[in-house]
Parts: sequence; C-alpha cells; structure tokens
Amino acid sequence: MIRQELKKLVVYGFFLAILLIPMLGFKSPTFEPGRAFKTLGVFMAVLVLNFGVKIFRSRQKVEAERKTPLTERVGEQINRFPRIYTLGGLLAAAAIFPLFADNYMIDVGITCLIYVCLGLGLNIVVGLCGLLDLGYIAFYAVGAYTYSLLNLTYGVSFWAALPIGIVLGMVVGCIIGYPTLKMRGDYLAIVTMGFGEIVRLVLNNWDSLTAGPNGLFGMKRPALYYPSFAEDGFAWAAYYLKSLPALYYLILTIAILTIIAVRRLDHSRVGRAWIAIREDEVAAELSGVPTTWIKLLAYALGAAFASVAGAFFAAKLSYTNPNFFLFMESCIVLCIVVLGGVGSIPGIVVAAFVLIAAPELFRGLENYRMLAFGGIMTTMMIIKPEGLIPASRRRRELHEANEKKPKD
Amino acid sequence: MANTLAILELNDVHTYYGNIHALKGVSCSIPGGEIACLIGANGAGKSTTLMTIFGVQPASQGEIRYKGRPIQKLRPEKVAALGVSQTPEGRQIFPRMSTRENLEMGAFLRKDKAEIEQDMEWVFNLFPVLKNRMRQLGGTLSGGEQQMLAIGRALMSRPELLLLDEPSLGLAPKLVEKIFETILEINKSGVTIFLVEQNAHMALTISGSGYVMETGRIVLTDKASALLENEQVKKAYLGE
Repeated sequence: MIRQELKKLVVYGFFLAILLIPMLGFKSPTFEPGRAFKTLGVFMAVLVLNFGVKIFRSRQKVEAERKTPLTERVGEQINRFPRIYTLGGLLAAAAIFPLFADNYMIDVGITCLIYVCLGLGLNIVVGLCGLLDLGYIAFYAVGAYTYSLLNLTYGVSFWAALPIGIVLGMVVGCIIGYPTLKMRGDYLAIVTMGFGEIVRLVLNNWDSLTAGPNGLFGMKRPALYYPSFAEDGFAWAAYYLKSLPALYYLILTIAILTIIAVRRLDHSRVGRAWIAIREDEVAAELSGVPTTWIKLLAYALGAAFASVAGAFFAAKLSYTNPNFFLFMESCIVLCIVVLGGVGSIPGIVVAAFVLIAAPELFRGLENYRMLAFGGIMTTMMIIKPEGLIPASRRRRELHEANEKKPKD
Repeated sequence: MANTLAILELNDVHTYYGNIHALKGVSCSIPGGEIACLIGANGAGKSTTLMTIFGVQPASQGEIRYKGRPIQKLRPEKVAALGVSQTPEGRQIFPRMSTRENLEMGAFLRKDKAEIEQDMEWVFNLFPVLKNRMRQLGGTLSGGEQQMLAIGRALMSRPELLLLDEPSLGLAPKLVEKIFETILEINKSGVTIFLVEQNAHMALTISGSGYVMETGRIVLTDKASALLENEQVKKAYLGE
C-alpha cells in the first residue's frame, strides 16, 4: 500500500512538472518562473500530506469503514442544509458580487456565465442525449451574427432579435441534426466538427454579409425600456446596459433562466427520452420513443441556448468576428460538460467557473491553455471519470426521496 | 374465449440491410391469444423479422397487418402505440437507469399514472426479484434479472402482442425454465406472444404454433406439437 502511494506521488509530481515546464521558460514582466516551482512545491506538499494521512489511516485500520469519497461527504454536508438556503446563498453571493469586484473580475464573471449557458446547452446534446457534438460553437456564432446583422441592418433591438436568433439557431441545429440522425460516436464527432468549421469559414469568407475577418461592430447594447414623461408626453425611453455590472446582471438572469429551463427539461418526459436514447437507442425505440424527433429536439434546444448566449456575447462586446468561434471554443465547452459531470447541472456550473476563471487567475499560462486543458482533463478522467459532481447519483437520490412517500 | 383470428399477419415481407437481402418473402400469421414461435439458426433472419414488424428496420416490400390494419409503413413509436411491444435481443435494458426507471420507460407512451403503478405491481408479481432491485441500476443486475427487466419493461406498455427476442439467450437452464413459465403466465393473462428462439425445444413446448426459418425464408409452418415430432426439425434444431 505504501509502495502504491509512493508510486502515485512520483507519477503525479512528474506529470505536473511536465505541465509546468513551459512556464519555466516563460519570459514576462509579470510572471517569474519561481511561481512554477512554488506551484509544484505546494502540490507536492499536498500529496505528501495526503500520503501521510493515508498511512496514518491504514495504521488505524479505519480505512475499511470509510468508503465515501470526499466530494460525496461534502455533498451530504451541503444537503443537510435545506436546499433553499444553499441556493439562496449562492444567488445572493452572485447578486452582490459586482459590488465588491473590480471591472476585470466582473468581466471574467460574465465570461464564466456565458460558458455556463453554453455548457448547459451542450449538456442537452452530449450529456442527456449522448450525441457527441464537436461543432457546438457554430450555434453560438449563429446567435452572435443574427443579432449583429439584425441590429446593424434593421436596427432590431436585442430583445426582438433574441427570438429570431433562437429560431434560427434551432433551424441550424436541425440542419446539422437531420443528416446525422443515424450516426453515433466518432462519426458524429467528425461530422459535427466539420460543420462547426464550415460555419466559421462561411462567416469568414462571406464578405458582403459578414464583413469577413474584420468582423461586425457597432451593435447597440441590450436596453431596458421604461416609460418617460418628458415635455412631449408619454414615451418609452431606453436605458442601455453599457456598464459591466449591468451586463453582468443580464447574463446572470439569462444563466439562471437557462439553469431552470434545462432542469425542467431534464426532469420532463423529453428528458427521460433523451436519457433512454443515450443509454440504448434500440431499446428506447422499442419503448415507443420517437427517436428521430427527440434527437432533433436535442439539437434544436441545445442550439437555442447557445444562440441566446451568442446574441448576448455580441451585444456585450458590440463586436463580433469569426475568430471568436474557433474549434478550440467547442472543445472548451465540451471540456466543461465532461469535467463537470456529463448530465449534471451543478457540475457544469462549477466546471464553467473552474475552466474559465482558472486560466484568468494564471494569466501567465494563457499561451499554454490547451496544454493545461489536456492536463486537467487527463487527470480528471483518471481520478474522477464521472466528473466533479456526478449526475446519476443525484438523480437517484431524488428518486429515493420520491419513493419514501407513503403509497396509498 | 381466445380470439382465433390472426392478430398479426405477414405477407411476402422483404427486408434489406443495405445490399444484404435479409428477409426474402416472409409470410406467417399469428392467431390472437396464442403463443407462436419462430425458430431457426443464427442469422436466419429471426430478429430481423421482429425488427421489421416493429418498424425499426422497415420492410422494403410486402405487407404487415396488425389486427387487419397495415402497419409496415409505421414508425416504431406508432406501432408501439397500437399495442405491440418488443424485448430487444441480448437483454438491452437501460444500464444507467434504475430498475424502476427502466420499467417507467416501458410505460413511456402512457399517461395514466395510477394504472402504471398497478402494472408495475403486476410486473413485480411476475418477477418478485425485481422488486428487491427497484433502486439498483439496470447495468448492475445479473443476466437473468436483466432479461426479466427487459420483459417487464415490454409489459409496462400493456401490450396486446408481445414480441420476445430470444429470452433464453445466455441464461442458465433453471432460469430459462422460470422465464418460460412466466411467458406462459403472461400469455394466460391475455397477451398474444410471438417468440423468437434458438432454444427450439423449450419454445415449441410452450407454443401453439411454430415457424421454422432458414436464410430469410420460413420453410416450415405447423402446430408446435407437430413440429416437435417432425423428423427434419428434430435433426436440425432439437439435436435428437
């Protein structure tokens, strides 16, 4: 047992060292290589401590009794509070966050929330329905460009453009969904990846419509309308959400609505059907699930959520260009879903913050983000393949709660 | 009194998998209220026949009638809504759903909650072991339990016609007996059963009529008791 732990220690340390090597050669006024060593040192210290604790435990022979892993025990502790307090606390924290944070932090917060929406949307396709989509960012682009073009050409407001963007996103979702209905796994991944690239390249090359790589700029920000009683009588005045806190609250609202919507979908008949298709498509078909429609619906709804996030993104920056929608972005969103725990809403929210905020915290790593992703994902898949907060457990807990109700 | 009219009729049904001509003109008729079985070797097209009836692998030619109504153009969910139910080959249950959720999926097309509960009780009566496994994930059940769950799930849609695809596959002889007893019991409750089996002896013993299939064609049709005595069948399928 000690040998095993020692081996782990060496392997993890080695692995982390490889990850940190690029940082050692990193020349930046704000970043000193010493930090890499510090990180490595802290990590090793934690491992050594863990090693010590494990040996101590094994001596005490309590190992056998203590089987629940840490995350589950934390979960149980959280569950001991009434849910409303936990949720209320989180919501309150999110609401007062801009009061204490500087603009930079709020900006990061906004980005995180956008990715929460994207992650939850992709979760419908990948997590619930089990269809591996590597071109998901295309729908984000559809939302962004729909708003940009509508606003620039026809002056359509953000709110009016949203439903149009949603519908267009759904249409595009079905366009990619229909020809791939019979595909699964690797084949589907390749096709969707190609589709994502097609959308980006079209945006990049259709100069007359999308202004190509220059991108579109000058879109109006989302506005709130209020009645004004100026000299010339009653009118609606627009208050444009230009400041970062205002935009933060808007995306927070969108993210919360997305969470509620996805949660309701998850527990609906359609959600059941998605999970059944993921588990076994033939068996789902034999149970009377109209698989064609339900799969198309997964694509369409997933695309709809991405489209909303995309419209917000374009409105927030007041600028958009095709390079925002690289394949890499699809990967990040997929990473969020996998890291958070496929199908798990809280997991995805947490993972979005981890994966988006973490690189910001270590800005020096920026150029090595892909490497860090690889590292995090590989480690996660080895240590906790079911994700940060696994979904099925939660679902089963909910079911147990239902069954405890007395039967008539 | 059992309905002696045919509940299911196949008339010269052809099915292709791409270029492979899997069913080459299958015709048969299943009398209502009975157990009928389709026996044959591996790859004879038995499972394809069921998949074609259900619309999962649509027929390219020919006619399938359920209660006199042509269903060969219907999608699986429509066929299911008419009261046909099928267990897939190799006990394909939903591995990461609990036993209860699996059974609930079987009732996917129904909305009468109270009666669904009743039917679940009925399934638990047929397979008491499932009740103990209610919250266990389907994938963690034993082979026999998974087969019971697959049959139970198919029953949850309250079918009038139940298509069973090799319920004995990979099960211990004792369990096979138990499963077949239950199939008889299900039949007695008024469900017509079309059974596809490699275990020809067992299948013919409980069936009223039997069909023997070879390379996409039905080569023999007779009463099951007669097939049990048939020299050809004895040699090829009963190992006597």
